Amino acid sequence: MTGRGPTVGVLALQGDVREHLAALASVGAVGVPVRRPAELAAVQGLVLPGGESTTIGLVAARTGLLEPLRAAVRAGLPVYGSCAGMVMLADRVVGAPAGQHTIGGLDVTVRRNAFGRQVDSFESTVEVDGVPGGPLHAVFIRAPWVEQAGAGVQVLGRVVAGPAAGRIVAVRQGRLVATSFHPELTGDTRVHDLFVQIVREHPGRDDRRADGADDGASEGGVR
Amino acid sequence: MSEQSDTRTPDTTPATGTDRVKRGMAEQLKGGVIMDVVTPEQARVAEDAGAVAVMALERVPADIRVQGGIARMSDPDMIDGIIAAVSIPVMAKARIGHFVEARVLQSLGVDYIDESEVLSPADEAHHIVKSDFTVPFVCGATDLGEALRRIAEGAAMIRSKGEAGTGNVVEATRHMRSIRAGIRALTTLDDTELFVAAKELRAPHDLVVEVARTGKLPVVLFTAGGIATPADAAMMMQLGAEGVFVGSGIFKSGDPAQRAAAIVAATTFHDDPDVIAKVSRGLGEAMVGINISTLTGSEHFATRGW
Repeated sequence: MTGRGPTVGVLALQGDVREHLAALASVGAVGVPVRRPAELAAVQGLVLPGGESTTIGLVAARTGLLEPLRAAVRAGLPVYGSCAGMVMLADRVVGAPAGQHTIGGLDVTVRRNAFGRQVDSFESTVEVDGVPGGPLHAVFIRAPWVEQAGAGVQVLGRVVAGPAAGRIVAVRQGRLVATSFHPELTGDTRVHDLFVQIVREHPGRDDRRADGADDGASEGGVR
Repeated sequence: MSEQSDTRTPDTTPATGTDRVKRGMAEQLKGGVIMDVVTPEQARVAEDAGAVAVMALERVPADIRVQGGIARMSDPDMIDGIIAAVSIPVMAKARIGHFVEARVLQSLGVDYIDESEVLSPADEAHHIVKSDFTVPFVCGATDLGEALRRIAEGAAMIRSKGEAGTGNVVEATRHMRSIRAGIRALTTLDDTELFVAAKELRAPHDLVVEVARTGKLPVVLFTAGGIATPADAAMMMQLGAEGVFVGSGIFKSGDPAQRAAAIVAATTFHDDPDVIAKVSRGLGEAMVGINISTLTGSEHFATRGW
């Protein structure tokens, strides 16, 4: 790794922000907390952490960050969401209170708390396409799953065993990546590495990049 | 690491109730506010205000103080009603040492159990062996030794105790400062001194060494007990809390929905006085406080727990 890595924000309204910042640092990115529109404008990629998606959505809406987040996704900013972050990125959410605020952009239907309550939270192994080195040990905490994925969405991983075997728990659509589980809690940084590679290839928003490169409007979120 | 694991067949059987799953759940609550509620309607107000979880109980601590009597685990029907009302996690309180109340709460499907000094203790010497449970536990602590004893028993989250139901933040401040100062002190000790520290803290040596090495508790540390205003919450965050429990402070105040949302905002933006000033306007009356020095011996909830 040579030179300074890309600047990747972690949405820091609530949730396990510190763990994501540490994971980003260990794969060579410069992780910065993002709570305000000006901080969002300065990053080349963004992580939506685990947490409570209702809380994160409400605080974002009340502080005027929700529309800038939606605009950033539309403009092609690479975004990775884990757990609550997956819910925030989904175009459609099942099991949410009426009017829950989300960002959207990922053409999937996500079910909140799909595996059950906290007593059903679990750890298990998951194979994730694009992540070399064998299966990941994955931690699922009151996790969502992807109930339906649109045509442009690549399914990267499914639950291997147990009552929920076959459920979709990792997806990618262009520069958007989402996992039901929490790689930030295990010390295995391969998912963050995959995401930071995407950021290196497509740093920042298409409309704010100096070279003005436009490598395809089909990527990123179309809402 | 991968070279070593190549010789093993990866275990794909889902494992529930592990330390990582229990402690990881608390990590997801960080930067958030957990609110005491006594009805499904209050639970919905809390969720709409941005609570990361609700604590279901029959009486908030302020009412327990006024009404007296034995405070116990809540009615299962009431807990069911609150679980059905919201999408966020639901916590509930068991009495200190009352392992059967805890079994009942686990069977009801609550997401976290608070083994709480706010209820009347059921055992004057022993706490629940929390590692035996699938559901995670949070416990109160007044200092580092107490926090580590609870973690040794299996607590997956710690909250400073404060003095619940008073609307007076002074005890929460004392306990948070004590826990944090205890952690900082350990980081300066050598290996020999850590054995003595473990003895003095009355805590397991391995946990003492872990705290000395990492400079933090091995589990998430929240604050509780007397937080009544957005500025209270922000101060506790700046003192090192990773999140906030608010008990009587919300639903004993003039405008619960607005105060709840204000405390959520002040917790996120705890280092930004402009935001705290803005959300502190027009909140109506805060809960009436109690001066801690007027409490007599048995009225100090924080002395419960051993």
